[in-house]
Amino acid sequence: MFNTFKLIIFGVIALCAAIAANYGRDIAYQVHAIIIMLAAAGMFIMVLRGFDDTPRVDDRTGYMDGVIRYGVIATAFWGVVGFLVGTYIAFQLAFPVLNLDFAQPFTNFGRLRPLHTSAVIFAFGGNALIMSSFYIVQRTCGTRLWGGNLAWFVFWGYNLFIVLAATGYVLGATQSKEYAEPEWYTDIWLTIVWVSFLLVFMGTLFTRKEKHIYVANWFLLAFIITVAMLHLVNNISIPVSIFGSKSVQLFSGVQDAMVQWWYGHNAVGFFLTAGFLGMMYYFVPKQAGRPVFSYKLSIIHFWALIFLYIWAGPHHLHYTALPDWAGTLGMVFSIILWMPSWGGMINGLMTLQGAWDKLRTDPIIRMMVASLAFYGMSTFEGPMMSIRAVNSLSHYTDWTIGHVHSGALGWNGMITFAALYFLTPRLWGREKMHSMAAINWHFWLATIGIVLYASSMWVSGIMEGLMWREVDSQGFLVNSFADTVSAKYPMYVVRGLGGVMYLAGGMLMCWNMWMTIRGGARVKAPVGVPAE
Amino acid sequence: METYTFLRYVADSWFLLAMTLFFLGVIAWAFRPGSRKTHDDISQIPLREELETIKKGGKK
Repeated sequence: MFNTFKLIIFGVIALCAAIAANYGRDIAYQVHAIIIMLAAAGMFIMVLRGFDDTPRVDDRTGYMDGVIRYGVIATAFWGVVGFLVGTYIAFQLAFPVLNLDFAQPFTNFGRLRPLHTSAVIFAFGGNALIMSSFYIVQRTCGTRLWGGNLAWFVFWGYNLFIVLAATGYVLGATQSKEYAEPEWYTDIWLTIVWVSFLLVFMGTLFTRKEKHIYVANWFLLAFIITVAMLHLVNNISIPVSIFGSKSVQLFSGVQDAMVQWWYGHNAVGFFLTAGFLGMMYYFVPKQAGRPVFSYKLSIIHFWALIFLYIWAGPHHLHYTALPDWAGTLGMVFSIILWMPSWGGMINGLMTLQGAWDKLRTDPIIRMMVASLAFYGMSTFEGPMMSIRAVNSLSHYTDWTIGHVHSGALGWNGMITFAALYFLTPRLWGREKMHSMAAINWHFWLATIGIVLYASSMWVSGIMEGLMWREVDSQGFLVNSFADTVSAKYPMYVVRGLGGVMYLAGGMLMCWNMWMTIRGGARVKAPVGVPAE
Repeated sequence: METYTFLRYVADSWFLLAMTLFFLGVIAWAFRPGSRKTHDDISQIPLREELETIKKGGKK
């Protein structure tokens, strides 16, 4: 009966998508309709083939780890894709010929850049967050994931969103909102997936066997709820046609800018910070074998972070049509935010107290420490750059790009690599990663890559900012924009090389994960079951 | 009073006060007497052996 219902639903979706592909007004919409049609048809065939099978009785005694295994692989895959596109567009800036004249308009920087940002933030980071929140919430609640196959829907649904977003950018469908580029129907789909994610997470929390909710889950829950709120408000738009990808934003002018950067900065604050702090508060104590340094500090870290971050957005709009008081508010809250951020960093680092020797022997711990160090560095740099006077120099320059990457490559990337190295042997029942030496190599490739990236962007950004504001004795600007572009060339090459090293580290990790999953004897111990 | 003015008035007076008090309240609550034992117990959650039954903490 339920199968019949599913067949009808998938059949109707496939039919509607086929009709939409036929009537579609632009290429992105048509391609998306075909992708949806194929996905629905594939599901239809899958359900049909299993129609007469007796329903599989799920083993409900263990943790639900299958979906996490898929998540681990998806994270590694999207990571390498995102790093590759990033490295390519870095070289496009140094060597414009790489925009490839014959493949215009699909391969120009403007279309590949959102592909890179979304691939690393939402595909790599998002899959990392979803799979590790599924892992963490089960372990710290001592119970199986709630909602049965809903977790699978979240995984596949989220990755369908990624495919729709990525193909849309290349084909020219964009809302032109940074980090919120996907068009209206992709946004609606993400909303459905995200609400399911929230249900799975909350359901697991409600059925927990532990009395208390561990702090990692607080951060993860704040991340899920706030991202839902940000996504809904920033994507209020009206489609021009039901058969086209173009939509018009409801807000306009400075209100639109403020909503966009309220969204944009809190995407950093709650997606890339709160969510990854949830990972940090679980994986660092696990890998160090010690409880978090101060649980009280982690509580204060949590409340201070969520109370302050939400106000910091206006610092993206200094010297614009935004009223000064709003900019000052954003700036002040950004500076106050420095304190809880460093509190959290200290809390993570001091968790190693009494286990500092592991830094020498355990490359995974080393990655975690580097990650926390970059968290501390970028949460100092960020508040400093939000100060209006500093911002007048740094804004619109490469300094911002360098700042974002020291946070993203250093903090988010390193903690995710550490989590992947932690999870892979445990999820596939292996004793440890195939090669510890390769992890070590990965650590150094990534670290030196980040250093090259960040330092070249500091030099390039500050130089650029100074050149833009340089005036002669008559008050005329000394440099044209093109002067700054040619002056930045060597720094762009160095930045690209940093990207190559970071990408090489990521590929080494994939090889290491592949060998771990493929080879070696299975061991029983690390695969857990929930408590009774 | 028009909606905007009313919301602005509430936001920068009573709601601001309520949020500040809530924030101070949760910080104070973290430092309540006897919280150390609870916090020490919670901080052990990730380290409890995954294979063994959770002994203490009890049922929710």
